[in-house]
Amino acid sequence: MTQAAVSPPVEPAQPAEPGKPARSTGPLARLRDPAWYQEYGVYVAVAVVLLFNALFTDHFMTADNFRTQLVQVAPIVIVALGMALVIGTEGVDLSVGSTMALAAAFLPLYLGYGLVPALVVSLLAGAVVGAVNGTLVSLIGLQPIVATLALFVGGRGLALVMADGQLKQIVNPDLLSLGTGSFLGVPLVVWIAGVLAVAVAFLVQRTTFGRQIVAVGGNRSAAALAGLPVKRVLIGVYVLCGVLAALAGVLATARLTASDPSSLGTLMELSAITAVVVGGTPLNGGSIRVLGTVAGALLMQLLRATLVKHDLPDSTAQIAQAAIIIAAVYVARERRSR
Amino acid sequence: MAPPEAVPQAPEAAASTASPVLEARSVSKRFPGVVALDDVSFSLRAGETHALVGENGAGKSTLIKVLTGVYRPDGGDLRMAGRPVRFARPFEAQQAGISTIYQEVNLVPLMSVARNIFLGREPRNRFGLIDFARMHRETTELLDGFGVRVDPRRPLHTLGIGTQQMVALARAVSVNAQVVIMDEPTSSLEPREVETLFRVIENLRGQGIAVLYVSHRMDELYRICDRVTVLRDGRHIHTGDLADLDRMQLVSMMLGRDMAEVRRSGVTSFAAEGHEAARTPVLTATGLSSRHHLHDVSLSLYAGEVLGLGGLLGSGRSETAKALSGALHLDAGELTVDGTALNRLTPAAAIRAGISLLPEDRKAEGIVPGLSVRENIVLAAMPRLSRAGVVSRAKQDRIVDIFMKRLRIKASSPEQKVGELSGGNQQKVLLARWLCLEPKVLLLDEPTRGIDVGAKAEVQSLIDDLAREGLAVLLISSDIEELIEGADRIVVLRGGAVAGELAGDDVAEDRLLEVLADHAPAPEDKSPAAQEDPR
Repeated sequence: MTQAAVSPPVEPAQPAEPGKPARSTGPLARLRDPAWYQEYGVYVAVAVVLLFNALFTDHFMTADNFRTQLVQVAPIVIVALGMALVIGTEGVDLSVGSTMALAAAFLPLYLGYGLVPALVVSLLAGAVVGAVNGTLVSLIGLQPIVATLALFVGGRGLALVMADGQLKQIVNPDLLSLGTGSFLGVPLVVWIAGVLAVAVAFLVQRTTFGRQIVAVGGNRSAAALAGLPVKRVLIGVYVLCGVLAALAGVLATARLTASDPSSLGTLMELSAITAVVVGGTPLNGGSIRVLGTVAGALLMQLLRATLVKHDLPDSTAQIAQAAIIIAAVYVARERRSR
Repeated sequence: MAPPEAVPQAPEAAASTASPVLEARSVSKRFPGVVALDDVSFSLRAGETHALVGENGAGKSTLIKVLTGVYRPDGGDLRMAGRPVRFARPFEAQQAGISTIYQEVNLVPLMSVARNIFLGREPRNRFGLIDFARMHRETTELLDGFGVRVDPRRPLHTLGIGTQQMVALARAVSVNAQVVIMDEPTSSLEPREVETLFRVIENLRGQGIAVLYVSHRMDELYRICDRVTVLRDGRHIHTGDLADLDRMQLVSMMLGRDMAEVRRSGVTSFAAEGHEAARTPVLTATGLSSRHHLHDVSLSLYAGEVLGLGGLLGSGRSETAKALSGALHLDAGELTVDGTALNRLTPAAAIRAGISLLPEDRKAEGIVPGLSVRENIVLAAMPRLSRAGVVSRAKQDRIVDIFMKRLRIKASSPEQKVGELSGGNQQKVLLARWLCLEPKVLLLDEPTRGIDVGAKAEVQSLIDDLAREGLAVLLISSDIEELIEGADRIVVLRGGAVAGELAGDDVAEDRLLEVLADHAPAPEDKSPAAQEDPR
């Protein structure tokens, strides 16, 4: 018989009182608990990949290689942080890649006024995209996947119109140094991603807004009855996600030394969702794992780098990544059905 | 109470008069921790309209699901026309001639009326394609028989709910049904549509089709039903002719109260004496109206009293509580707290004004299962515990500590997830969520349902204490004892309108049952005038 058929019916007024039996503890029981894997599996996986490379891959455990890997993963981490917030509300944002392109398209138009005005305009573009997404989801009540699909398509179109469909070289030294500069030997983009990860973790754990995001995702009607500003929270989450995506677009443009709205950020939405899911954030909301998201992005990056270094084609990496995603979703499913 | 009619229909006795088309013999159904049906026997005769009644948890839904093949019984068997049958799936029950019309129409909204009626058995032309002309013609003929005139090509969702229900009914009957089960068919119908439905039922009776009619509306039952079966707590209580029972007797059976031996031994944990209520009301509601839910409900709530809200299932109790807390859309009505009218009614505004609602459905509307006990308690109070948007952990811990001690919440730590607690402790967490807001008015919708005896007693004495401390409490309970002993005053609702108010010595079981049963019109009175005026 299926799980659904065993669940108690709506009517009985006296549901099972004693609740769930206490979860058995101890190291062995923990390894059999899917919840444990959902929470910590991603860190174990990252450690395993690193260990494998330390033993079997030449020139992997070097500062240079780590710098390269971290620089490459930084934009994904930044986008995934915003995505984690959205997924925490039981939503999803497909428009992040297009938002990156839009931010990139705005950059060269305003760089004449200096880096800061151009940066502000680009981030504002991201905020506007997020506000539109949030409004469609919270006020109009569209499903997130449909609402953000609109700007997934339209955002990139708008970006191409803004840029006349052209790739534009970036010559502004301030912006270029944002992409190539380092501080204490660590690239600036990695610093930015790291600081943002800490900030988002603080937001989620310690602020009213962050806890409201989690509550809205965990039980929306309960949150509404508790007087939480559900609509404002939802709009805020999508705005944050849009701004983070725009920032990722700016940083990626700085690295590329060119604004390329036609291809920048393509498939980014999928990389970000993957990082969030692999990091242990459930798709049905009510929990946001910020550090796990960072580790999830890192895992996918390292996995691919490992396989490439062993002269396996990129397609092998994709298959391996698929296996990781299925494992992550499987672990989450096990937990939900309990 | 053991009425002689409670003996299940013996098969030979039933066969002598009219053979049962559908019969359930000693059916049991258990769910983890719950016996939903306990040795229930029940039979349905051809051409009769049989009422199935009972309060929440009586087992009506489970019985229907057993009869329609959604659940397989753990014990007992089903018979149709004397032959044992087994339904592995709902489809097999339909094939056997049992059709069901649910509260919510379960058809395909975007398909046409005709497509819906013939779904899965569309007439074909000689090319094997759907014969639309024939389908539309037959649909029109079928619906004409129900007094419904509608273009068969129209998408179903463009019709009113009542008409959609008629389409569902037409579909149910046209699949060669011998038994039609109607689960609260009138809950979303307009009075005119109800009349049409009753005509259709008369029609079915003429064709020898048995109807199992589930409803909480006494007037409807007495108007169209021949016999009645009462379930309570998963057990069969009574089956017999409806004409032999007056409303008081029926309600007594549903609630399990025998008026001859009303016990006032203090089964609940409420103190015997009442509370000292203030002179001016803290909360006044005037003319609350909401389509299909509430009709001109007015009440006042005084500080230091427990106001009971009585009524049978579906009478608008929960809706009233929701309306008072800003969670139900109102078409008309006004709320005043301490003399100030609330102009924009939202849950947040109500909470700011000092009104808190403990919702009926703990799981769906109360707890956030993935969050900890601590976070569930401070959920609504968060803005008050933060500075510049950052929540103070120390302030949280202080409040959580106070309420976990005061309400004796049993959790391994404040960080345990609320989803892992027992029902009683979850309820206490929710109470703490509202109490830490220091409300003036506390609306409690079934605060003790589904929690264990110990927690129940604790919650009851807590309600008592809160009223004594000067809180205005609104108590909704299906537990008559709890209502009588807990409330100082009771407002009784029926059909979404205030049916009466009991105060002082009138707060007693017999008086409450009288108002619940609407004792004024005799059961023989089947005139339409006996119907509730929706306004």
